[in-house]
Amino acid sequence: MSQKKPEKLIDENDIRQDGRKLNEMRQVKIEVGILGNADGSAYIEQGKNKILAAVYGPREIHPKHQALPDRAALRCRYHMAPFSVQERKSPAPSRRELELSKVIRESLEPSIFTEYYPRTAIDLFIEVLQADGGTRCAGITAASLALADAGIPMRDLVSACSAGKVEGRLALDLNDMEDKAGEADLPLAYMPNLNAVTLLQMDGMLTGEEFEQVVNMALEGCKQINQLQKEALRAKYVVAKEAEAEKEGEVEEEEEEAE
Amino acid sequence: MSSIMAAKVRQKRIAQLIARGKRLDGREPTDYREIQIESGLIERAEGSARVRLGKTEVLVGTKIEVGEPFLDTPNEGVLTVNAELVPLASPTFEPGPPDENSIELARVVDRGIRESKAIVLEDLCVEPGKKVFVVFIDVYVLNHDGNLIDTSALAALAALVNTKMFNYEVKEGEIKIKPGYKPLPMRNYPIAVTFAKINDKLIVDPWLEEEQVMDARLTMAVEKDGKICAIQKGGYGYFTAQQIFEASKIAQQKTVELRKLVVKE
Amino acid sequence: MPVFYERRQLVTPGDLLAENEYINGENTFRENGKIYATRVGLFNFDDKRVYVVALKSFYIPMVGDTVIGKVLEVTLGGWVVDIRAPYVAMLRASDALERPVRPQKDDLPSLFDVGDMMIAKIVAYDRTRDPLLTVLERGLGKVTRGQVIEITPTKIPRVIGKKGSMITVIKEKTDCQITIGQNGRIIISGKSPEDERLAIMAIRKVEQEAHTTGLTDRVTEMLRKEKGEKPRKEVAENVSKET
Repeated sequence: MSQKKPEKLIDENDIRQDGRKLNEMRQVKIEVGILGNADGSAYIEQGKNKILAAVYGPREIHPKHQALPDRAALRCRYHMAPFSVQERKSPAPSRRELELSKVIRESLEPSIFTEYYPRTAIDLFIEVLQADGGTRCAGITAASLALADAGIPMRDLVSACSAGKVEGRLALDLNDMEDKAGEADLPLAYMPNLNAVTLLQMDGMLTGEEFEQVVNMALEGCKQINQLQKEALRAKYVVAKEAEAEKEGEVEEEEEEAE
Repeated sequence: MSSIMAAKVRQKRIAQLIARGKRLDGREPTDYREIQIESGLIERAEGSARVRLGKTEVLVGTKIEVGEPFLDTPNEGVLTVNAELVPLASPTFEPGPPDENSIELARVVDRGIRESKAIVLEDLCVEPGKKVFVVFIDVYVLNHDGNLIDTSALAALAALVNTKMFNYEVKEGEIKIKPGYKPLPMRNYPIAVTFAKINDKLIVDPWLEEEQVMDARLTMAVEKDGKICAIQKGGYGYFTAQQIFEASKIAQQKTVELRKLVVKE
Repeated sequence: MPVFYERRQLVTPGDLLAENEYINGENTFRENGKIYATRVGLFNFDDKRVYVVALKSFYIPMVGDTVIGKVLEVTLGGWVVDIRAPYVAMLRASDALERPVRPQKDDLPSLFDVGDMMIAKIVAYDRTRDPLLTVLERGLGKVTRGQVIEITPTKIPRVIGKKGSMITVIKEKTDCQITIGQNGRIIISGKSPEDERLAIMAIRKVEQEAHTTGLTDRVTEMLRKEKGEKPRKEVAENVSKET
């Protein structure tokens, strides 16, 4: 049962099938700390994507031979649920999932102070519950929040977004149909503080000029995502704080030193 | 059996030199090692090529078989790339099913060829929706001395250029083989260029010891008209946007030279 | 000297906190003369340094800390103990028995078996090996009665209070023996389950409201109410700066 491709993905006014403008990102909803057992977790919806990320660690590493003497080993599993795509996907890890697990791990590692916790493991799990293109970017966005939620010290949040070329026009945040039918898709992950690109892939065809424009577009998208990530982190804690402050009728707050 | 991990002292030396724009083996930052390409050495394969890039050695064989097309491309042949990090190629390669490194290698080589539409897959259709030719590209790494991606991509391209299919005609849905051969229909020739970032500098074609010191690597595949058709960043470090744009320009230049080694005008 | 956030403002990893002349305190790092946050938490600073009070972090072993551990495994030479840290801890038989160990005769599980809880002290820990424990000092040893609860390790100082003020109030009002592990585990042992429940309620309240003032008073009031005592308008001791 395959989807029928629509006539055109973008109309004469540069409006896309889902009503978006060319440089408009899909709607994003993020929640942090939603899983009870994991040390850190986050859930993201981006367009029709629904992705869960969870972190356990730093913790004892098994098997022991995977331990690194001078830092924590970041292990990552990107996995798609069988019902996440149109045609049921077998639960066994595919080659694509293995490649994505690797590039996602490599996109997050630069942000973590792994050298603080030698000989431990930080285990990251990304589960795609529903997929509609750009899942590795949304997964990285959620994973970075899960790491922050777990209290793992980081240099920066990692924010990810893709851009590409569809029907001759450069567009931000391609969905699945646009990715499949379009001319190029470029996922990118970024640490805004260090101006550091930690994930960069591309498939399709772009001239040198188009390439620069698409990269810049994706970077702008990452900056937007970064703002949303910070808001999501704030939302989790500010709500709790305000609720307590109201309960007690206290306005002042006290200085506190920990450890 | 010697350890392949360069001693810390040597690693430091390599990094220091690169900070000054020099490499331990005397190369310029944008120089490739010596390249040797030999084609057609495996007669049983439809096509084959062996590339030596410095001491890195990769052998690629192509096989063509009959199979079913993908659902969303019923009129096209199928391309599939597999890579094996053969245990004899390095003390770090262990026998077993493909690990993330060999999977990444295969998929990056595949991406360059697929996205540039190098093979005319539409010409490989026997019966739409039912029977097509499947092109198997098997990458066999024989010696790992750094930069497996570029070596494998080059060998894969050379093997494709070397690939011959039997002549055939289709009668009542059956393939009848006719005498003679024809080359695999190709229209593009993607070349991959891999950069390593060491001490904030970009170098091209890292050899093994440079790979052990590098922060991150960036591979760009460029097709015959200079368009970029595949990119893969790897490794635990990062690149700035500036470095990425710098790399794309260097890649576009280098691929012109490298392509001449495989495709004779 | 510029700081970019106000005291007690929530910051997230990567937020630029200050530049140059400050010393970077806990949960921050310095790069190119700028200081950034490494964890989600509340920003703070004084004349000399900037720091972040993390909202969530985990226990990192420190030599000298008293911790409450749970036995995971009995080995030939001792025990593997979970101390709620990224590393498991080891308790060697020689640090549990006051005399030399006799492998044939000594039955280690009878001292501590899998699942037993213990109060122990960290005697050694560095980057190259797991923390080592001892139970040979006064007050250390197997936990035989009471309940064990877990709280965020960063809130432990608040539960203790300045000069022990908070924990003393809770102990007195509930008549419970309370042992606090730096690793975020607390043992409460009272004369009745009711008393223990009260103590746990008080500790949980401290954990929830750690960032507010007048907490000792409110905890005292709460305990009085729960025990059915009449509320008193006494002013508690000055709690402006508690450690």
